Amino acid sequence: MKTIPQKTLIKNGRLIDPKNNVDQVTDLLIDDFQVTKIAKNITESADHTIDASGKIVAPGLIDIHVHFREPGDEEEETIASGSAAAVAGGYTSVVCMPNTNPPIDEATAVEYVHRMGRQARKTFIHVMGAITKDRAGQELSEMGLMSQAGAVGFTDDGCGVQDTAVMLRAMKYASMLNQVVSQHCEDRSLAGNGVMNAGYNATVLGLPGIDPLAEEMMLWRDIQLAKKTGTRYHAQHISTAGAVKIIRQAKSEGLPVTCEVTPHHLLLTEEAIADYNTNFKVNPPLRTPKDIEALKQAVHDGLIDALATDHAPHLQSEKELEFLAAPCGMVGIECALPLYRKALIDAGVCDWPQMLSMLTWRPAHIINVEKGSLAVGDRADVVVIDPDAPWIIDATKFYSKSRNCPYQGWAVKGKVLYTLVAGEIRFEAKD
Amino acid sequence: MSKSKKIQWTRKHLIGLSDLSREEIEFILDTAKGFEEFSTRSIKKVPTLRGKVIVNMFFEDSTRTRNSFTLAASRLSADVIEFTKKSSSVSKGETLIDTARNLEAMGIDIVVIRHSAGGAPKLLSRSINACVVNAGDGFHEHPTQGLLDVYTIRQVRGSLDGLKIGIVGDIAHSRVARSDIYAMTKLGAEVTLIGPPTLMPASVRDLPVKVSYSLDDVIEELDVINMLRIQFERLGGNPFPSVREYSHYFGLTVDRMKRAKPDIIVMHPGPMNRGLEIESEVADGPNSVILEQVANGLAVRMAVLFLVNQASTLTS
Repeated sequence: MKTIPQKTLIKNGRLIDPKNNVDQVTDLLIDDFQVTKIAKNITESADHTIDASGKIVAPGLIDIHVHFREPGDEEEETIASGSAAAVAGGYTSVVCMPNTNPPIDEATAVEYVHRMGRQARKTFIHVMGAITKDRAGQELSEMGLMSQAGAVGFTDDGCGVQDTAVMLRAMKYASMLNQVVSQHCEDRSLAGNGVMNAGYNATVLGLPGIDPLAEEMMLWRDIQLAKKTGTRYHAQHISTAGAVKIIRQAKSEGLPVTCEVTPHHLLLTEEAIADYNTNFKVNPPLRTPKDIEALKQAVHDGLIDALATDHAPHLQSEKELEFLAAPCGMVGIECALPLYRKALIDAGVCDWPQMLSMLTWRPAHIINVEKGSLAVGDRADVVVIDPDAPWIIDATKFYSKSRNCPYQGWAVKGKVLYTLVAGEIRFEAKD
Repeated sequence: MSKSKKIQWTRKHLIGLSDLSREEIEFILDTAKGFEEFSTRSIKKVPTLRGKVIVNMFFEDSTRTRNSFTLAASRLSADVIEFTKKSSSVSKGETLIDTARNLEAMGIDIVVIRHSAGGAPKLLSRSINACVVNAGDGFHEHPTQGLLDVYTIRQVRGSLDGLKIGIVGDIAHSRVARSDIYAMTKLGAEVTLIGPPTLMPASVRDLPVKVSYSLDDVIEELDVINMLRIQFERLGGNPFPSVREYSHYFGLTVDRMKRAKPDIIVMHPGPMNRGLEIESEVADGPNSVILEQVANGLAVRMAVLFLVNQASTLTS
């Protein structure tokens, strides 16, 4: 599609560009696909002018953990519907996980995801490849060829690589490619058939539990492998106080280790499952208030590199099954920003610039892409946020095809007004 | 016998005993008392639920509980549909909700459900209009078993207040243990869970109970002992090294009985593994109320069906 280059002028916004330590009220001029001028009182004419008085202007958000279900489960989500949801949430880049059907475990599959992303023309679609063929945890997938096709890292997300020797081999091999290896930490022999956090609530509900150790053992193991191989290692959706402790230790040793945390692990606890509501079934499971406190402390201390949604769409009919049988996961990319605000800013854990750094340049750094900043010459991926606008989360109005949202009916603050990708307005709030 | 307080029974579902008050539990027991004598009459039926349809949805094997519910329903003159499906999770093919909605379309009034997944009855109660009675779900609850257990104890001892009750065995995977714990402690008993640590659930000490890993340490002080069945079908891995070792530590043997109080009440929810958790001589001995439990199950289930139906009539 050929488009005529356009100019967009964003006036009087509070420009927060954490990477460049910018936090000031200014104008921002976008010409074609890039930022061309940052100054007060820009008077040039533009095709679009956005009055951002009282609003935050920031680099477009980056979510390094989403499931857009294509190929294979298009009834739950497509790259097109997921992309529309992403820009509505302020996200200009996302990283799709490879646990599709079939999995993204070779180069043509990587190219397919990219192509569907370009066709959707909403957010920028990145993808991670599977570490092992068919995500079976045994043979290495063609990581090199997938890297050449543009994969930004590797993971068997949905499950962890159980065999330590396989994981060691994967990390050694990935070091040749300078790629990050990303893990869903869960020792299956410990997790067993668990469906929620092991503890009092699981006992009362009669549901098999997943002990925090299942996450922590694999995390600890992998960090030893990172130490040995020097390969960059990323721990997905950490959820326990013990995991925070392990990450803290690894970082203090200067190991190449990063981690992410989700909105639900910052806001929800195992108590939410009291009624067997499967919208709260997620893996890793919702934990305890003590774990939330530890995760918040980790955010405060700068240990958390990325805020990621783990946006995981599922059909209503699947979520209406018995708690044991229902799939894990929840959607949330369209309401993530106000949820982070609630969990972190309202709770006094961090401020907007700190929060936005975990949503922009720091996740970009993990996947080794030049994104997440808004200096002159940067690609104009921009989000305009009304930080205090109140609204009610209503999953029935989501662009996502799925409705498995645990925050239905929540009153939140913070609204995405505009999302620009490469200088083009791809989302504009309706009211 | 405790005095029956007049309360208004308002629950159209019986999912578990955890959220029932002492008064509600006693109300069910007193209602069951009224039905107890029916079994001794020559004509054993009453027309209470005539014209009502009850479906027994059993997704797990059961002989005792299913027959007990069927008989309870027929004594109340209800029509009974038997639905059995030996499939633990209906994730492929027709879902639980679809199955139930289809049955409901035929005009059923009460669903009695047994399911291998904890929470299945709750899910059902949210999805259909009929009354839902839990006949055992995973290792969540088995409320009518809990009720018939306390009913049986009350029958022998008049009251549970101050009684020391031991529940022995696989607590982790036992729905009976959970319902018993709620019913017994609400009625004033002190419950001790006895078994190896590998058969205790997570955070067991947060339950209103004591925990002991040694039957020998506590047997002398117990007024009631409930021997749970070792459910080989539910055990993952091998939580104890062998049947022989389990019996050695936790079996109710004739020798151990010699150290127990002479009037200790011996219970078992059935079906028994004779010689494993309980020796035959004990199971069939003078302290055993195992068959009384079965007989009382009928009265308790009649009471439950009667009460949930009454509540749904009131609310509709």
